Amino acid sequence: MLAMPEPKPEILARREEIVAALSARVGPANIISETLRLKAYETDGFTAYRRVPLAVVLPETTEQVAAVLKYCHEQGIRVVPRAAGTSLSGGALPLEDAVVIGISRMNRILEIDLADRLARVEAGVTNIAITRAVEGEGFFYAPDPSSQLACMIAGNVAMNSGGAHCLKYGVTANNLLGVTMVTVEGEVITLGGAHLDAAGYDWLGLVTGSEGQLGIITEVTVRILRAAEGARAMLVGFAATDVAAAAVADIIASGIIPVALEFMDRPCIHACEAFAHAGYPLEAEALLIIEVEGSKPEQDALLARLAAIVERHAPTTLRIAQTAEESAAIWKGRKGAFGAVGRISPDYLCMDGTIPPGRLPEAMRRIAALSAQYGLQVANVFHAGDGNLHPLIMFDANDPESFSRAEALGAEILRLCVELGGCLSGEHGVGVEKRDLMTTQFRPADLDQQRRIKTAFDPGWILNPHKVFPLVDA
Amino acid sequence: MPPSEAAGAIEVPADEPALAARIAAAARSGEPLAVWGNRTKERLGRPVQAAAAISTRALVGITLYSPAELVISARAGTPVAEIEAALAAKGQHLVAEPPDLSALCGPEHGAADGPPTIGGAVACNLSGPRRIALGAMRDQVLGLRAVNGAGEIISSGGRVLKNVTGLDLCKFLAGSRGTLAVLTEVTLKVLPAPEATATLVLRGLDAAAGVSALAAGLGSPFGVTGAAFLPAEAAARVPCLGAGGSATILRVEEFAEFVPYRTERLAALVGVHGAASVIDDANSRVLWRAVRDATPLGVTPEEGVWRLSVRPSRGPGALAALAAAGLRGFLDWGGGLLWAAGPATESAHRAVMAAASASGGVFWMVRAPASLRAALPVVPPEAPALARLTRRVKAAFDPKGILGPGRLYAGI
Repeated sequence: MLAMPEPKPEILARREEIVAALSARVGPANIISETLRLKAYETDGFTAYRRVPLAVVLPETTEQVAAVLKYCHEQGIRVVPRAAGTSLSGGALPLEDAVVIGISRMNRILEIDLADRLARVEAGVTNIAITRAVEGEGFFYAPDPSSQLACMIAGNVAMNSGGAHCLKYGVTANNLLGVTMVTVEGEVITLGGAHLDAAGYDWLGLVTGSEGQLGIITEVTVRILRAAEGARAMLVGFAATDVAAAAVADIIASGIIPVALEFMDRPCIHACEAFAHAGYPLEAEALLIIEVEGSKPEQDALLARLAAIVERHAPTTLRIAQTAEESAAIWKGRKGAFGAVGRISPDYLCMDGTIPPGRLPEAMRRIAALSAQYGLQVANVFHAGDGNLHPLIMFDANDPESFSRAEALGAEILRLCVELGGCLSGEHGVGVEKRDLMTTQFRPADLDQQRRIKTAFDPGWILNPHKVFPLVDA
Repeated sequence: MPPSEAAGAIEVPADEPALAARIAAAARSGEPLAVWGNRTKERLGRPVQAAAAISTRALVGITLYSPAELVISARAGTPVAEIEAALAAKGQHLVAEPPDLSALCGPEHGAADGPPTIGGAVACNLSGPRRIALGAMRDQVLGLRAVNGAGEIISSGGRVLKNVTGLDLCKFLAGSRGTLAVLTEVTLKVLPAPEATATLVLRGLDAAAGVSALAAGLGSPFGVTGAAFLPAEAAARVPCLGAGGSATILRVEEFAEFVPYRTERLAALVGVHGAASVIDDANSRVLWRAVRDATPLGVTPEEGVWRLSVRPSRGPGALAALAAAGLRGFLDWGGGLLWAAGPATESAHRAVMAAASASGGVFWMVRAPASLRAALPVVPPEAPALARLTRRVKAAFDPKGILGPGRLYAGI
């Protein structure tokens, strides 16, 4: 289990006074202080860890966020920012002596401008709501994390969220124009805007993915894109993982960048097929879902080129969707992958390391060996084009020993990712989950530099404490 | 005495440890250092008041290139052209097509020390026409190594395409012009170079109609990767355009077999603005290189040059405001990037500052005499709350304030 800090008794003792002060700043309708209702905020998508916070405030305006932060800063009260609470790394995990500042009530779309291809929204707007607001005109917001129905744009900015289509469209950082952020001192700053690029320092780039360590985002301007004329998928099964990896390398080297290039291993194929009945090949050791975009003739041409490439690798199955319905059928299993694994195992941990795609065969072999060594099943599903792995480690949460083994296996897999030239997190963030592994990826000088930046923004280290940075000499 | 950028010889450390040792020594003595590559962008910024100068130009060489993983690493002093050649040999290219501004903002006296380096391209976050479609230079930086102002070697990011581990210093150091840390090695995402390029041209539109046509193209599903508006005099300076009024140009880069369909559909889409013609692959490449390097400005040696990034629909208004102040220019990035040239005077600069502000955007003073660059902000001044953060974060990287002091902001 990961260590969490002891709550400060002097803060706990002042609970009533703090609640009253917060209530004066956000209004009684926007504060939660009853134990039962606070329980709803005790965890996020990383459910193994739970802490009931001191209080939850749900401000309705940037000014209220500023007033709360100013108060907490002056009083030395820890603050945990929260959007939808879908983090898989514990990024929104509360602390007993912390005030959770949730931005979910700031959920208005403020401006859509198709000519300038942007949307300006309050921070609590969900990811999917942006696309929903513009899809009637043929536009969309590109990053599409699998939690997109629930997750909010402030959380996407804080974690620099990705999705299945990053290979072509990039992650949150690449689709962001501006944010309004409140500093820990309660100052409101505007970074970026409706234009591209910073003339001075790239604050937007620094804040994106900073996991609530530097400030709280209250408003966001994103780029919206015109959707392609159409998209179609193909499904390819292979007799061995190495062969699938070689096919991925050949595809990228051919000059085609598919809009999605997803990989599943045998355990994952079986789980998904049992769940979704998508017609996946059960005899295959590895499966690729490849999606291309363009006009119908362009799709045909690209799929034909891709088919020629994968045929050099003796696929066991090759199915090219002819219609949107057939594409949807191919995607059906993949989109339900996490749920499918949840069906065959009471609980699972979803890992998120990245490796250089060329090291894929070695990574798969060694994950399989680790899985055997720890006696826990692992199903692999990942974004093959960019090397972002999502090994799903199955365990039983009712058995503490099983959970601690799963955590240890997860740490081994992430260390392996770093050893192979990759990193601890491709899109879920460090949070508490990977906090203590940071020293495997960064040297002391690297981490110290990051800590000094954190200190420049948050001298008292009250913003989202005990996350991202390892506790050792923190 | 006016601040000078050519005070004394430039020291050229042989490798990263030597560079780190030199900076550590400067930190101990509190001695400011000007930070250069080959000085092709010496005038892009305020003059640095430093008796000593260091260059990364001895740190050369591609250290990793894995085409199937879309990644290349090179030491900071490696010429951009060398990287482009290595990529071209494998059918790939630099996504952001960084401009070569040697002719515009090289040293005020004498010549640059060599061609533009990849470290300089990243440290200035300069991106060409493709930025509107596929991201800026900073968006391609997957990892870097650098020496901070204490002489410590730091790294951030890595060599993989998706990485959210820890604070992202890659984007923050990109564009920081060597004032926080000196880049020693960068790792970039690259992409397959398109098989073919074509350009759709509409002649004679006014700026508002031109930008409206560009917005239609960029808002279409046909994959526009360049969208510029050249007023008549700017168009006349590009050989494949020549006389014939303003040119509104849209670029398509694709597999050769897709190009005819895409240009036809785009022509139909913007047809309301007039008949479009198509420029072929070879001429398109020359044309967009010219747009990239701002050559349609036709800058004379004594003129000042500015670059503004604004909300795209405000580009025409900004262009008109600058014309009223005696400046000429053209628009790239669908109207969002304005290149301007004219008298290198304070009043011209004030007009640029006002236009950027009125258009919801920012400006860069790209070239002006040192006296003007020292006296006036070369990028927009920051609001007080942000300026306080700037001082603290600068100190977090460079506690003694020795790296390029005053390069971006006076006194920082």
